[in-house]
Amino acid sequence: MVREEFSIGDSVLHHLDPRVKVPAAAAFSTVVALSTRWSAMEVALGAALTLVAFARLPLGALFRRLFVVNGFIALFWAVLPVSISGTPWMHVGPLSLSVEGMALAGRMTLKSNGIILAFIALVATSSVGRLGAAMNRLKMPEKLTHLLLLTYRYLFVIQEEYERLKRAAVVRGFRPKTNLHTYRTYAYMVAILFVRAAARAERVQHAMVCRGFAGRFHALEEAPLTGKDWIGALALGGMVMGVAFMEWGAWVCS
Amino acid sequence: MHISEGILSGPVLGAGAVLTMAGCAMGLRHLESDKIARTGIMSACFFVASLIHVPIGPSSVHLLFNGAVGLILGWAAFPALLVALILQAVFFQFGGITTLGINTFIMAFPAVIGYILFRALVRRRAGWALPAAFFTGAFSVFLSGVLAALALMFTEDKFINVAGLVIGAHVPVMLIEGIMTVFLVAFLKRVQPDMLPSEGPSSR
Repeated sequence: MVREEFSIGDSVLHHLDPRVKVPAAAAFSTVVALSTRWSAMEVALGAALTLVAFARLPLGALFRRLFVVNGFIALFWAVLPVSISGTPWMHVGPLSLSVEGMALAGRMTLKSNGIILAFIALVATSSVGRLGAAMNRLKMPEKLTHLLLLTYRYLFVIQEEYERLKRAAVVRGFRPKTNLHTYRTYAYMVAILFVRAAARAERVQHAMVCRGFAGRFHALEEAPLTGKDWIGALALGGMVMGVAFMEWGAWVCS
Repeated sequence: MHISEGILSGPVLGAGAVLTMAGCAMGLRHLESDKIARTGIMSACFFVASLIHVPIGPSSVHLLFNGAVGLILGWAAFPALLVALILQAVFFQFGGITTLGINTFIMAFPAVIGYILFRALVRRRAGWALPAAFFTGAFSVFLSGVLAALALMFTEDKFINVAGLVIGAHVPVMLIEGIMTVFLVAFLKRVQPDMLPSEGPSSR
């Protein structure tokens, strides 16, 4: 179920240090989320597509992701053109679709896809292990990064355990349907997952203490940022500035 | 329900980020370092549980379990759900960086409210505990739906119809979550009662 399909690769962006990529992605998302002008959104989408090209991502997986994300956006396309009154664009039966509603939905589609594409190209190209280490170096609260790394570490273990429970249930004839028995079975599966997880947590805690855990994770890779990382940081910084200029440039210059 | 990137306005995103930071500060302060392994593994559990699709009629819904998260983790639900949402963003791109704050708040605030309102009843005997469990499960999903709808409304008054759809979509999930939380609490009461909230307000 859970796979980090974008984190494996050999592109420029895969090799860029997450300490550069994560702040760049955060800055880019923020600027695009706040943008209101078409020109800024178009430049942002173009920049995001360029990043995707640089990251050489598997296109099939990429389209599957975008499809799911745009499902939520489709809700707005279904509702806004009808519910916002304004200049009618075309009539479908008794309903009229307004230009204003279409424009609002269109802006959201551009922004949303721009941000997501950049996020995939910049953040999903690192494994969570490296992201966690980077968060630590970026001075995020230490307990939070521990929590992230531990959750990541045990996610796959717990998932396998759930798959095992489910297989066992299916072998015994469990077929999910809309009834109380199904809900009870799932609830018990989740409950037993919790109980086993609590027992496992105790063992993990003891093992960590035995190995000298005193509230710190030490990163094995303490590599400083290289020249390439700095060049990447400059390029990404320029990209964010470019989008910001399209949005607020006229205001700053006047 | 995650609100996608690029929809909400700056003030709403900012408010979500600030509220989530406050909630996480509260959660992490109570989280001693010997509880981190437990909270992390629990958070992994909720992540896996949220991938379960249960059938409802011809369709299926996926569960949130934020009521149960609240009951089991208390205030630590904030950092635990934040971590789960970070992982969902990295793995599936459900949500992203700017919506991390508001989406975490939408999930975690109802979890903590459910914990505060119902923890005393859930540790009583079954006659009290099971109805309380139903309300915890149903109420926290409902509150999540309302918060998501409010986030949309504060962004743009014209989103009122979408906001209505969002709340409507939460209603069937609400009932199923309520029922499942009852079974879950009943199971834990028999098998491992110390996982449910104990005496006192301390975070577990």
